[in-house]
Formats: sequence, structure tokens, C-alpha cells
Amino acid sequence: MSALIDGRAAAPLVNASRFRAAHEGEWDRLDQLVTRMEKRSVRALSEDDILALPLLYRSALSSLSVARETSLDRALVIYLEQLCTRAYFQLYGVPDTATRQLGRFFARDWPLSIQLLWRETLICLILTVAGVVAGWWLVATDPSWYYSIIPDAMSGGRDPSASAETLRATIYGPQEDGGLATFAAYLFTHNSQVAIFAFSLGFAFTVPTVLLLVYNGLTLGAMLCLFATKGLGLNFLGWLTIHGSTEMFAIILAGAAGMKIGTAVAFPGREARTQAAVIAGRSAAIAMAGVVLMLLVAGLLEGIGRQTVQSDAMRYGIGLAALAGWLTYYYLPRHREDRDALAA
Amino acid sequence: MRWRRNRAPKAPASLRRSFITPEGVDLRLELASAGTRASAFMLDILILFISLIFATIAIGLLGIAGASGEIFLILWLVGAFVLRNGWFILFEMGGRGATPGKRLLGLRVIARDGGRLTGGAVIARNALREIEVFLPLSFLGMQAAQGAADGFLTLFALCWTGIFLFFPLFNRDRLRVGDLLAGTWVVNNVRAKLGADLVAARAEQPRRVFTDAALDLYGIYELQTLENVLRAGQDDAIATVAATIRRKAGLPDDGDDYGFLADYYAALCIRLERAMLVGRRREDKHGTVGRR
Repeated sequence: MSALIDGRAAAPLVNASRFRAAHEGEWDRLDQLVTRMEKRSVRALSEDDILALPLLYRSALSSLSVARETSLDRALVIYLEQLCTRAYFQLYGVPDTATRQLGRFFARDWPLSIQLLWRETLICLILTVAGVVAGWWLVATDPSWYYSIIPDAMSGGRDPSASAETLRATIYGPQEDGGLATFAAYLFTHNSQVAIFAFSLGFAFTVPTVLLLVYNGLTLGAMLCLFATKGLGLNFLGWLTIHGSTEMFAIILAGAAGMKIGTAVAFPGREARTQAAVIAGRSAAIAMAGVVLMLLVAGLLEGIGRQTVQSDAMRYGIGLAALAGWLTYYYLPRHREDRDALAA
Repeated sequence: MRWRRNRAPKAPASLRRSFITPEGVDLRLELASAGTRASAFMLDILILFISLIFATIAIGLLGIAGASGEIFLILWLVGAFVLRNGWFILFEMGGRGATPGKRLLGLRVIARDGGRLTGGAVIARNALREIEVFLPLSFLGMQAAQGAADGFLTLFALCWTGIFLFFPLFNRDRLRVGDLLAGTWVVNNVRAKLGADLVAARAEQPRRVFTDAALDLYGIYELQTLENVLRAGQDDAIATVAATIRRKAGLPDDGDDYGFLADYYAALCIRLERAMLVGRRREDKHGTVGRR
């Protein structure tokens, strides 16, 4: 076929070859540094490496721009794209250390995210109270409603046919089969899962969340009415308050967080719809982390505290003190130098 | 068929997204496909289940051996809760931004705005998994438990929850409901080696020369396809491509397919690059040949 030419000792034929020869060392070094950061952390680098990192990163970025414009070597462009992407995430996208994140969560993010939910919290509170009133009214007018509101498994013998003595025993009786801590752990995990579920259901335009809250109020109202008609209303309220002040508050907040994301998607306001969803989603998620912690406290109070503390006054005292504590933590004014950091 | 002609040519659905760094360079991130995402999730669930089963067995054995079974029951309850909710959250909050399943498949979660991946975002995108995965599963479980008693209701429920489950397929950015709400997306983040310089590899030895007519056959797109063929190094593909080029250019077969293709690649690369540097970029073989 055609003649062969001898290309030995000639200058490189294409830009990519020259370019590779000039910069491959830098790319290699950046690759090594980024790999070390990915495998361990930025602390694995020496001071020299850390000083060199931004320079290497920028030179790789400019290599990428040049390669895209002047070279047809696809492998080179793809390699540089991947290298720059990895370096970008190591330089710009790395989260804070765990301790700093935790500190900020307790000091600022948690209470602030709850404060941002105040409107939804109020609505959820009203919904729950409406549920309680409705539940009470229904059972007061016709006790047979009780059976349709509260499933058999949940009532555990607490129904209108039970005598006052049986009901009293459910409030003050000793825990059936020991295992207070197990009971607490069960309550915590179960309630938290339900709360997370209620939160995520909020995405469906909050309808399921509202239903859950109202139903929650209905059961409470029905039970209250049942115990009140047997003359045990205040005792039952004490039995409930010790953990219920925390637990109901947490459930209302979970509903509020779900409502926040649902309404943000449905009514984005001035923001673009996705942007509104992101702002609401991120702050509501922080509130949810707080709710899970609240339910941990509630689980401990319910599983252990309620069974060991038998006097009404103590039960009311602990429950109301817990409520006061939460309210102070959340709503006490605090200086908010960078409130927008939550949404960022 | 007038309506068909009027329709604008549809660009192929690409998963590349423009992503401009503060330095002003577009990184052109590649989003993970729905299939890869699903496989990563399956992997994670598999690892989760296996660790849960092993933990259960270990706790069961310890509970039988020791008298204080209560501690282990608590451990199990809390451990299962933490595994179910914490697995994704804790791993994604770490520096790698990926669960083990995602890491195995070379994926990474990032904030869509290019900022840091905050704890709030990670919690949001994973808490929403409850309605994406758990809700459909619970309806399926209900169906299994009740038989076909509420057939239509279950069907309706499945359709409703299916919206959340298959949400990534309904938008072009492959966002889950959780991604939408957390402002995140999942990108391919693999570590690649720099491939060898194909032109320089041929520069050190005698090369074939080609006529202008032979080199005018193709553009940049075909050049890069040829590069892929050469790098993949599959014999039958190389033989097919070499035969095609020889036929089009009217060249005789000299028995060395790889050498021929490598030389043709180098010559075409040099020619197209020179044209490109003086502003005559030829995207593909349909593009006009630069005037001489």
C-alpha cells in the first residue's frame, strides 16, 4: 500500500501529546492527594500537600478547559473531567466534622428549625385538639363509638364495659411482665418510625398527615371521655401527662414538619417550586431529627418513669416540667446571626 | 405525514448536566442512571439484611447463654431502628457522600447547588424513603394478609404509592422524591486512569501515510468512536472497522488491522486538529470539509 514515513525524532504530532507531557505530573499528584483524602480524610495530608492542593486543582481545571478546546483526545478530556470532579467534591463538598455538626445542631439548628415551623405547629395543635374534642363528644353521646375509634388490640380491656376498678388498675397497676427498659426501647423505636412515616407522608400534599393527627386526637379524646365517665379523668390525665406532654408535642411537630414540606410543594410562594421544596425539606428534616430525640425521651418517661412513679402529683410535675423545658428550649428568643444557614 | 416533519428533532436524552464551578469551568457531571441507583439500593438492602440477620443470631446466642436477655432485646430493638434509619443517613453524611452500595457502583450524593451536603439534606432525602419504599411494601403486605378482600382498594393504593416509588423515572434528572426535597442528586464519581496517548504511541515508528481523500471521510465524532474501538481492543470490532475504512477509502488490505487503524487514527487526529486550530471544526462525517 502507501509508503511508510519515519516519524522518529520528530516533534510531537498533536497538542494532546505535548499537553500530556507538560502536565501529567501535576495531574498525577492531584490524583494521589484526592485519593488519599477520599480514603481517609484531609488530615492524611501533610502541610505541603494542603498548600499545593488548591493550585493543583486550579491547574487541572485550566488543563480541562484547554484540552476541551484544543485536543481531540477523548480519553484525556474524560480523565480530566473525572479528576476535576473528584477534586471539586473534596475541596467544596466535604461536610463539617461530626462533633462540629452535632454542636451546631443542638445549639442552633434544632431550635431554629422548630421555630420556623411555628405556624404549622399551631395548626397541628388545633387539629389534635379538634380531634380530642370530637372524640370526647362522640363517646359521650354514644359509647358505642368507642369501639369504632379504638381498635381492640390497642384498648387492652379498656372499654366502656370495664369497671372503674379494672380501669384504675391499668393506670396504677405494676407493669405486667417486667422489662421496663425493653418496653421503653420498643416505644421509642415504634413511635419514631411512625413519626418519620407521618413526616414523609406530608409530601403527599399533607392530607395523610392531617388524617393521622386528627385520628390521634380522636383516640385520645375517646379514652379521656371513657375514664372521665368512671370518675378517673384526672388520674388518667396524670398517667398520660408524664410522657404524653413530650410525646404529643413530638407527634405534633412531626406532623408540622410534614405539613411544611407538603405545603411548600403545593404553595411555593415566591420561590420556584423545587427551590421552595428544598428550603422546606432541609429545615423540616432537622426538626425531624429533633423529634426522634424527643421521642427517645418520651419512650424513657413512658417505659420507665410512668411505671415507677405512681403518684399523680409527681406524674403531673414531671410531665409539665418536661413540657416547659421543651418550650423554653425551642421558643426562647436567641440571637440568630445566620438564620439562613439552615436553608443553605 | 406533515405532523412528523414539523416536529423538532429530539435531542437524545442525556444524563450529562452542566455544573459550573466557582472558577467558571463546566464539569459536565454525569447523573447516575435509574438502573444503577436501583442496584445500589438493592446492594445496601442486602448488606443491611445480612448484618441484621447476623446481629440477631449473635444476640440470640448471647441471650441463650447469659441470663440477662433483656439487654440484648433492647440492643436488638434499638440496633434495628438505627440500622434501618441510620445506615443511609450516617454513611451519606460522611466525607464520601455515599453508602457502601453506592460506593461499590461509583456513585455519590451531592447538593444540586454545588454546596456542601448538609445533615438536613441527607436526613430529608432518606426520611422520604418511608413513602417511597415502605409505603408500597406495607400495602403489598396488607394485600398478602387480607387476601383479595379489598382488591380495588389495594390496587388503588399500589398505584398511588407507585407514583412515589417510580418517581425517578418520571423526571429527566432521575430525582427521587427525597432528592427533590433535599436538593440533592446522585452522580457518577468513578476514579479512572489516564489512557495511553494513541498518537504518541505511533510516533516512534514508521507510519502509513494517507491521501487527503482518505482522511476527508470522517469527522470528530467518528474519530472518537475509533478511539474507543482502539482502546477497547476487541479483535472482531477492530477487524470490522478496519475493513469498513479500507473499503471506503479504497485501500488494500495489508493484514495488520490494528496497525492500520492506529495509523489512520493518528493521521486523522492530526488533520482534524490542525483544521480545528484554525477554526474549521468538523463535528462528524456529515459536516462540510473545510475549504482549501
